[in-house]
Amino acid sequence: MINNLSGNRKFILAKIIVVTSGKGGVGKTTSAAAIATGLALRGNKTVVIDFDVGLRNLDLIMGCERRVVYDLVNVIQGEAGLNQALIRDKRTENLHILPASQTRDKDALTLEGVEKVLNDLAEDFDYIICDSPAGIERGAQLAMYFADEAVVVTNPEVSSVRDSDRILGLLSSKSRRAEQNRDPVKEHLLITRYNANRVDDGDMLNLEDIREILAIELIGLIPESEAVLRASNQGVPVVHDDKSDAGQAYLDTVARLMGEEVPLRFHAAQKRSLISRMFGGGGRR
Amino acid sequence: MRLLDFLKGERKKSASVAKERLQIIVAHQRGQRGQPDYMPMLEQELLEVIRRYVQVDQDAISISLDSDNDCSVLELNVTLPNRD
Ligand SMILES: Nc1ncnc2c1ncn2[C@@H]1O[C@H](COP(=O)(O)OP(=O)(O)O)[C@@H](O)[C@H]1O
Ligand SMILES: [Mg+2]
Repeated sequence: MINNLSGNRKFILAKIIVVTSGKGGVGKTTSAAAIATGLALRGNKTVVIDFDVGLRNLDLIMGCERRVVYDLVNVIQGEAGLNQALIRDKRTENLHILPASQTRDKDALTLEGVEKVLNDLAEDFDYIICDSPAGIERGAQLAMYFADEAVVVTNPEVSSVRDSDRILGLLSSKSRRAEQNRDPVKEHLLITRYNANRVDDGDMLNLEDIREILAIELIGLIPESEAVLRASNQGVPVVHDDKSDAGQAYLDTVARLMGEEVPLRFHAAQKRSLISRMFGGGGRR
Repeated sequence: MRLLDFLKGERKKSASVAKERLQIIVAHQRGQRGQPDYMPMLEQELLEVIRRYVQVDQDAISISLDSDNDCSVLELNVTLPNRD
């Protein structure tokens, strides 16, 4: 709808959403790709940016690795224009990818450079999704600095929950919104790799506990799913597999990000026989 | 099911142990939020000074900064080992 108003484009501010976690390997890139694709499928002009300079892999998850010519660092250093670096997604209209550099080190990013890129993108897009690198150092702080909203990806596991809490601390002190005393960054909890059977067995933190400990609103629950590896093998974000549990769970998450009320799914344990419960049905040891 | 519950009740569920640990960790982390950036260094150096005189563990020391309107209080707690 916003596309038709391109004359008024300048008056519509893009929403900047960082996908972050502190801990590595929890599903940030998987989630950033799925959420960006889901938003575009719902008609929003969306760009997803890989901030993981040196270790880029968003391009692999999006299946556009062979079309990368220029990257975020090239744009920031003035070696390429934004339009040269942006990759138009082949499957999904309204979706663009801005890849990270594979060779440069992460000091190649500057706060002013990132700000300029985001400002330019904000003129053309409805949503800017930033895929954060792991850690709580400079790279992660740059990815979150300009965010309006944050999706904090958390696995039901002690170290992941602890790191998510540290990220929440940074969002409330080291973001532009915090430093300028504006409304705080809107924080959303996204629990991924959830295994309801193990929760049922008492061997995995349940979603209520995680929500209570972190004390932020739950935006989605993504089950541990075979569909995710299948999707990454093929370079097709998992939301395109709309028969899969993870694909549906991400589409629900996108709807909630857009302000819709959608009931939670995939949180209940499968019915299992007594025997399978006793002998490792949920992987119990 | 009752038999199973009985069998499971033999040991504490690992998820509830995780939750208890996290509640303590997160409370501690949130207590440190908003403190000046020099606090971890200050804590470390104070610990080194104390260790020149008494052998204490890494976690035997805790410091915190409380401020109200007109003054700030730096609180330092050191747990000393029992004298033999
Ligand atoms: N819901 C899920 N179910 C199964 N595997 C998952 C799920 N989410 C992520 N993974 C796997 O976890 C690994 C790390 O995911 P990735 O998105 O690269 O994490 P990060 O970007 O946080 O490092 C990948 O191998 C990915 O396929
Ligand atoms: Mg990643």
